Amino acid sequence: MGYVAIKGGGQAIAGAEKLLEFVRTRQGESAQPLDLDSIENQLYFLHSRIMSEGGLFHPKLASLAIKQSLGDTLEAAFALRAYRSTKPRLIESPVLDTSSMRLIRRISASFKDIPGGQMLGASTDYALRLMRTELLDESPEAFQAIAKKWLDENHHDDIPDTFPKVLDALRAEGLLPSVDEATAEKKPFDITREPLVFPVPRSAALSTMARAETGSILAIAYSNMRGYGDIHPTVAELRVGYLPIMLPHPVTGELIEAGEVLMTECEVVAMYEDDEEGGKPTFSLGYGACFGHNEVKAISMAILDRALQSGMQHGPTNPSEDPEFVLLHIDGIDSMGFCTHYKMPHYVTFQSDMDRLRTTQDKQNSAHQGVENV
Amino acid sequence: MSNKTKTTDTQFRQASAEYNFGFLDEYAKKEVRRSVLKAIAIPGYQVPYSSREMPMGRGFGTGGLQLTLSLIGKQDTLKVIDQGSDDSVNAVNLRSFIEMICPGIDTTTQVSEANLIQSRHRIPEEPLREDQVLILQVPYPDALVVVEPSEDKRKIMHGEADYSRLLVKLYEDIVKFNEITISHRYPTRINGHYVIDSSPIPRWDVPKMHQSKALILLGAGREKKIYAVPPYTLAEPLEFDDVPFRVENFNDEHGQRRLCHRCGCDHSFLDEFIDSKRAYKRYQCSDSDYCDEQLTFKTSASNQNLEG
Repeated sequence: MGYVAIKGGGQAIAGAEKLLEFVRTRQGESAQPLDLDSIENQLYFLHSRIMSEGGLFHPKLASLAIKQSLGDTLEAAFALRAYRSTKPRLIESPVLDTSSMRLIRRISASFKDIPGGQMLGASTDYALRLMRTELLDESPEAFQAIAKKWLDENHHDDIPDTFPKVLDALRAEGLLPSVDEATAEKKPFDITREPLVFPVPRSAALSTMARAETGSILAIAYSNMRGYGDIHPTVAELRVGYLPIMLPHPVTGELIEAGEVLMTECEVVAMYEDDEEGGKPTFSLGYGACFGHNEVKAISMAILDRALQSGMQHGPTNPSEDPEFVLLHIDGIDSMGFCTHYKMPHYVTFQSDMDRLRTTQDKQNSAHQGVENV
Repeated sequence: MSNKTKTTDTQFRQASAEYNFGFLDEYAKKEVRRSVLKAIAIPGYQVPYSSREMPMGRGFGTGGLQLTLSLIGKQDTLKVIDQGSDDSVNAVNLRSFIEMICPGIDTTTQVSEANLIQSRHRIPEEPLREDQVLILQVPYPDALVVVEPSEDKRKIMHGEADYSRLLVKLYEDIVKFNEITISHRYPTRINGHYVIDSSPIPRWDVPKMHQSKALILLGAGREKKIYAVPPYTLAEPLEFDDVPFRVENFNDEHGQRRLCHRCGCDHSFLDEFIDSKRAYKRYQCSDSDYCDEQLTFKTSASNQNLEG
C-alpha cells in the first residue's frame, strides 16, 4: 500500500504542470497573453531584477522567464541562470570603463555640486506612495498618449550622454587611494567556471554579489548599516545607464562595440583607517554593480564589498564582514533550491531518525526501571 | 524515440533541439570528469568544481545529475532511485529529464541491468559489480559541518586529518543519551584518512561502501563538491572500541526480525507504514526493485513446489 502513493509519479508531475499552466491562463477569454515587450517595459524593475539575479543580460529571455514563472522572481532568475549554464564561454571583454556609460540617472550624496551635475532621472525616491486610483481603470488611449506627450515636450539634446566620475575628482584631491593598476591588470575570477575556495579574491566576491538575490543581499547589508558593522558609507556616486560592451574582433583583435547593457553602478566612500605602513590616510571605497536598474542591490553590494575587504584584512568581527557567511548565503538559486527540497520525501532518513530516537528512549526507560527496582 | 526504456513511465516531455546531449556544454562535462578523476585519485577528498545551474532545484540532486550527465553516453543504461524507489516523483522527474536530454540511452529499474545508477538516500540491497558506477546525491558534503561552520577551517582540519571534534561529538552523545544519535549521513573514514559525509543514506547502507566493487561517486551541486569512494577501498564508519557502529534495528519487541509484508524478506532496510484503516504498522522493503525480485523468486519457488 505504501507504494501506491508514490506510483504514477510521472502522471502526477505532468498533471501538476498542466494545472500550473491552467493557473497561468485561467483569466480566460477576457484576457490577452502577456507580451514580452510589455513585461520588459511595464514591469521594468522586475525585469531588471531578473537579469541581474539570473546573471545573464538577455532582455527577451528575461521577459519569457517572468512570463513562464508567473512572476515568481526566484523561479524566473533560476530559469535564466539554468539557460546560461548550457552556454560555453567563447570570448572575454577587457575591463570596461564605466565613465563611457550612456547615463539615464546619476546622483551623488557626497557633494551638492558634482562635475556634470546631478541628474535625478526616473526614480521613486521622492514619490509619495499613495494608491494611484486613476490607474484602476486606465484606458489604452490615455496610456498611449502619456509617452507621446512626454517625448513631444522634452527635447534635451543639450544633456551630454556621458559624465565624468565623481571618484576621479576625489582621487585628484588625494582623498582616495590611487587606482591599483596591478590589480586592474589581473584576470578577474570567473564564478561560472571556477568554484569559490576560500579565501577568494575580491573579483570573485564582487561577481557573486552582482548576481545575488536582492532581498538576501539587502538583509545582510542592512545588518551592517544597523550596527552589526560600522561602514557608515556615503554614496559618492550612483549611476544607471547603458554601458557599451567592447569585444575584440575575432580576426583583427581590435575592440569593437558589440552592444550595450543596462546596468547600475554604485561607489560608496567609507571613513579612513590607519595605514599600518605609515602612508597617507585616505577614505576607503566600496563598489557595487549589477545588470539592470537595481539601486537597492547596487548600494547593498557596495556596502558589503567594503565590509568584506575589512573582514579579509583584519578578520571578520560580524557576519557582514565574513566572506563565507556573505557569499555562500546570498545566491537566490542556491537558497531557494535547498529550501524547496525539504518538500521532497525523506522517508528513509526519517526512518533512520526514528530508529535512533526509539533506541535512546528504550535505553532511558530501562535505566529508569533499573532505578525503580533498586 | 530510440530509448529502449524498460521503465513504465509515460514520457511526458519533449526533447528540445536547442540543448546539447546531456544539457551541459562539453567544456562543463570535461571539467566534471577531470574533477571525478581527482576525486578517485584522492579517496574521500572533496574536490571543488564550478557546478553549473541545472534546470531543477538545488537540493533535488543537481550534483548527482551533473555527474550522470557528464558520464553518460548512448551505450549506457541508467537506473534512477529516490528513497529506494524508481517510482518516487523525484526519481521519475530526474529520469524523465535525462531521457529527454540524452536521446538514445537506455533506462531500467533493475539494478543488474544498469551500469550507471543515480540514487538519493539509498544504496541498492543487491551487491554492485565492478562494471557499475553508483552516483549518490549529496546535500551536505562535509562531515565536519556539524562541528565547524567555516569551510575554510574545515579544509585545514581535513588536511590534518583532525577529526577530534567529531569524535568528541560522538562521545558527548554517548554521555547524554547513552547512544550515538547520528542516524544517517554517518561520518565514514575513507582509505584511512579523509572522513566523508556518506550522504543521507541510512547507517544500514554504510557497510556497503566498504571494499565496494563498484565505483561510488558523490556529487553536491549546491555546495559545489565531488568526492569518491573508489572500488576496493576502506570505508570505515567512525566508532569506538567499546561502542561499535550499529545499523538500524528492525527487530520487534520480542527480538524477532520484522519481515517485509510484501515479499517476506528478512534482511533488507524496511520502510514503516501506518495502515490508517486498521491502525497498525506495516513494514516493507525500501528498495522496490529488490522487493520485486524477492517476490518473483518466492513465487517461482512456490510454483515449483506445487509442480513438484
